[in-house]
Amino acid sequence: MTAPDALLDAHLVVQRGPFRLDLALSAAAGEVVALLGPNGAGKTTALRALAGLLPLDGGYIELAGQRLDDPAARRFLPAERRATGVVFQDYLLFPHLSAVDNVAFGPRCRGARRRDARAQATAWLHRVGLAEHAHRRPAQLSGGQAQRVALARALAVRPELLLLDEPLAALDARTRLDTRAELHRHLAAHSGAALLVTHDPLDAMVLADRLVIVEEGRIAQQGDPAAVAARPRTEYVARLVGLNLYRGRGAGHAVVVADGFAPTLAEPLHGPAFVAFPPAAVALHPARPDGVAGTCWPATVDGIERHGDNVRVRLAGSVAALADVAPDVAAELRLHPGLPLWASVAPARVRAYPAS
Amino acid sequence: MTPLREAPPATRPADRRALRRRRPLGRAPVLLVVPAALGLLFLVLPLAGLLVRTPWGTLPQRLTAPGVLEALRLSLVTATLATFVCVVLGVPLAWLLARTAFPGRRLIRALVTVPLVLPPVVGGVALLLVFGRRGLLGAWLDATFGLSLAFTTTGVVLAEAFVAMPFLVIAVEGALRGADPRFEEAAATLGASRWTAFRRVTLPLVAPGVAAGAVLCWARALGEFGATITFAGNFPGRTQTMPLAVYLALETDLQAAVVLSLVLLAVSVLILASLRHRWITAP
Repeated sequence: MTAPDALLDAHLVVQRGPFRLDLALSAAAGEVVALLGPNGAGKTTALRALAGLLPLDGGYIELAGQRLDDPAARRFLPAERRATGVVFQDYLLFPHLSAVDNVAFGPRCRGARRRDARAQATAWLHRVGLAEHAHRRPAQLSGGQAQRVALARALAVRPELLLLDEPLAALDARTRLDTRAELHRHLAAHSGAALLVTHDPLDAMVLADRLVIVEEGRIAQQGDPAAVAARPRTEYVARLVGLNLYRGRGAGHAVVVADGFAPTLAEPLHGPAFVAFPPAAVALHPARPDGVAGTCWPATVDGIERHGDNVRVRLAGSVAALADVAPDVAAELRLHPGLPLWASVAPARVRAYPAS
Repeated sequence: MTPLREAPPATRPADRRALRRRRPLGRAPVLLVVPAALGLLFLVLPLAGLLVRTPWGTLPQRLTAPGVLEALRLSLVTATLATFVCVVLGVPLAWLLARTAFPGRRLIRALVTVPLVLPPVVGGVALLLVFGRRGLLGAWLDATFGLSLAFTTTGVVLAEAFVAMPFLVIAVEGALRGADPRFEEAAATLGASRWTAFRRVTLPLVAPGVAAGAVLCWARALGEFGATITFAGNFPGRTQTMPLAVYLALETDLQAAVVLSLVLLAVSVLILASLRHRWITAP
């Protein structure tokens, strides 16, 4: 999907042995796009290609009307000549330079005088709230502070495209919360495009305007966070947003997924379809329930674990499913692995949408 | 990282002895301790012998005898110049070996280490054949610029640099391989050319390695004998460095040789001691 006003327009093709990355990406000015996917999906490879640290094997990269990489035309602009800024996963702050010299490094390399570069760097450090730590070495900074210096360093070159590789992964939970809010503010203020690589759905949902889900080097799904969360299209996304997801065929007021499992719907649907419902919508019964509206199916308990205040039950059977039940219900049912029981889900909680 | 609870301090002598007695691996085996002690003795005894036989009474006169200070000065100057040559040429060579991929790189690394295993006399002969007055390059230098390197102070520097360069290249290449190349990538994304990244990021990161290499290189150059005497000869004031002076004195005046050796030993120990805590510390 190439929007005509896209600041970044790219089709990334990288071949690495049997692994092939093949992604069409675009981003408008001011837009924050998150590349979300499991480890080894090719997210970091995509980021390295955009930064100019890895040449493409096919496709092209165009940023603000300039071709950065185009193997067919034998064009490759090296990293140091691209208008991109990168925040690396472990920041890679230069250990021998103070925070302010780290931030001034980019402006210096791009031709600013020493004094001007330092003044710019000081202003950036001020903006990320680290003015008083300007003369500390990276080793003397906390994880959250180092992350902010890395962000200031990347922004100080005024990039058209800001690339962030797992920017919050190295932080502990508490720092992460603050830094995420901080990062959100800076990304909103950034006038260029931003591309964020992460495997944390929360980071992606909070920080990004649009999610691009990458699996095995390809785009599995994309859209704004709410749409992706509401209508997952792959097993991976469903797990991220905590839904049971099945692929089946709509036949009026039911979607046939498997033998003996055809959830009924409130609204009719025809053709290939996805069915999704949250684990909390699943009720468990010791025997086939009578008079329960909706879908019932026989299942076997496969595993039990705590999940917040509830008990999460993994169900096997004609279809696998997750069910969240209250602890007292779990006790009453005497849940244990191997126990046969019946599960049901109400039509009102079942969401179905076309697969094509 | 700070430990959650600090270990109880073992300051009382009784405690310390108790701690020392707790040896989870048992005592060191005799088959290792005895050869180790013999090895240590073998290394230290000759140095002790040197100290014992030093004519301490006449030391001041002997030190100020003509030729001694001259040889010392020549040694220090040539070793320093040779180290300078090695750093200027060797660091880029180490960078090339550590950071770039080109066909024949392994062969080049092997070639770089040849002077390390080559008998220095052979090195001197080889230098003569190339830079001597009738050598491959020497003849041309002589004819074109009237420049003759063999049997000159420049020749001493050349011989020392030839023998000492591998020490520097190996030390710096090791340091470069240990330095994370992703720092250079980070520099590139900030707009640094490869040269700028080398100068402002890589070089400061490997500076301790370069310094350690330079010290090794300097020490090797200071002690150079074989290649120097073969290529540069043994002319007092011009090419007679300390090791050459020691060798010459040995044939005529044993006590003079002892004094010269003592000076070399003192200089080496001084350098080692002054740098020990900065660069040459074992992990």
